[in-house]
Amino acid sequence: MIVAEQKPLDELRQMLAPYDRLLILGCGTCVTVCFAGGEKEVAVLASALRMAEAIDGRGKAIAELTIHRQCEPEFVAELREKVGDAEAVLSLGCGVGVQAVAEALPGVRVLPGLNTKFMGQTVEPGQWKELCAACGNCVLDLTGGICPIARCSKSLLNGPCGGSEDGRCEIAPDVQCAWQLIYDRLTQLGLVHLMEEIIPAKDWSTARDGGPRRVVREDLAKLSQ
Amino acid sequence: MRAGSNLEKMLESGQFAVTAELGPPKGTNQRVVERKAEVLRQCCDAVNVTDNQTAIVRMSSLSVSILLKRMGLEPVMQITCRDRNRLAIQADVLGAVGFGIQNMLCLSGDHQKFGNHPTAKNVFDLDSIQLIQTLAGMRDRKKFAGGDDISGEAPLFVGAAANPFADPFEFRVIRLGKKVRAGANFIQTQPVFDVDRFKRWMDLVRKRELEQQTHILAGVTPIKSAGMARYMRDNVAGVGIPDSIVSRIEQAKDVKEEGIQIALEIIEQLKQIPGVHGIHIMAVGWEDIVPVIAEKAGLLPRPVV
Repeated sequence: MIVAEQKPLDELRQMLAPYDRLLILGCGTCVTVCFAGGEKEVAVLASALRMAEAIDGRGKAIAELTIHRQCEPEFVAELREKVGDAEAVLSLGCGVGVQAVAEALPGVRVLPGLNTKFMGQTVEPGQWKELCAACGNCVLDLTGGICPIARCSKSLLNGPCGGSEDGRCEIAPDVQCAWQLIYDRLTQLGLVHLMEEIIPAKDWSTARDGGPRRVVREDLAKLSQ
Repeated sequence: MRAGSNLEKMLESGQFAVTAELGPPKGTNQRVVERKAEVLRQCCDAVNVTDNQTAIVRMSSLSVSILLKRMGLEPVMQITCRDRNRLAIQADVLGAVGFGIQNMLCLSGDHQKFGNHPTAKNVFDLDSIQLIQTLAGMRDRKKFAGGDDISGEAPLFVGAAANPFADPFEFRVIRLGKKVRAGANFIQTQPVFDVDRFKRWMDLVRKRELEQQTHILAGVTPIKSAGMARYMRDNVAGVGIPDSIVSRIEQAKDVKEEGIQIALEIIEQLKQIPGVHGIHIMAVGWEDIVPVIAEKAGLLPRPVV
């Protein structure tokens, strides 16, 4: 899933200062699961903003709404009626959600309430970690199902650098060395010989480096015509 | 001979080689480089020029290598993968060859988190092993990484680093093997403080006969102060400095003298290990001590090859 974190309240208040009528818009998918932008977080943020505004003696009309998925046109379409007279929409969706909502509402200011962090999974309640960097050319078959591009601090492809110690990465004691994990797993699977192979320079053109990406499936495009 | 550099000739002749590290200044003054270079001139076969070491911006390794070359010293130009992509690196290599620079050392590079620009974006387009392949390909196939022909020769003596003190220990020699297969002609290791562990690593190196396919220079770093010893033990990943050395330094009356003594003892032991072809002295911020150590270790005068 996509993992995100709410922006600090002060930053949001500054961003929202010019607008008197707001809609805080939650998303029912990834950001609900990571407790950043679901229905509950929308309610909590709305009341925090109302309280802050009340203390400052100003008034803002703050409406709340959570839709099923901000990233799907069919769910976003309903917003055109529901946005009402809001001058600004504060999206608690990921960066995809913010942009999809902005596209659907050309006349409305759409602002990001979250910082989108990464694609990852829950480690334990309250903790998430990055697992995939969407490089567009998966190498997990070579690396025991553990991604060195997302999980090695230097995205190395040929084993741990000289900063790997006791399973930890040189950048911080709480960061695991991805290549130690790969080594352990391949050893367990009896496949450590895979680490003897030199993985040549990567073709990064399938990653963001190749420019904005788009997936086209002709077969599906034809079906919908 | 791949490049015919002094370092290559020294190693190929089977004599015990000595290299030393020169850290470029955090500024524009070439005099700083010239002063350090004069100190190192007579006591080593080639001088490594670091490339933004510990991710701190310094005068570039290419420009300082050119300066050394003009002074009549032989540089080992260090190249990290952190700051430049395959285009920029190959461009620098072409320019360096034009200036007569032959020895190059391929490194991953410390993470920018440690340096003075922790908010920078890193590159790591290539990793160190792919960088070795790139340089070897420029020399042997006369081709760029992208496949185009290079006009002219690129006579390079390609080096790589090895850290026997990082984990997983058993993989360290596998990684060395990959570097050798990628085309590393010489290896400079991280500083050796734990000689027993280094010996165990060399046993594995000889088991794979890697010391016959590349030249291994063992790293030596003289310790200047108790604070430096403790800092390296506690804060630098993959150094492995034993407590016994830290306490010797802590209890010494003359700390610097003790640091030199420890370095000399380590060099003496390294010389005895089969397959070690030389030493690489990294006297971080203490270049003045290199001639003293080389002299006392019986490594002077340097042979002419």
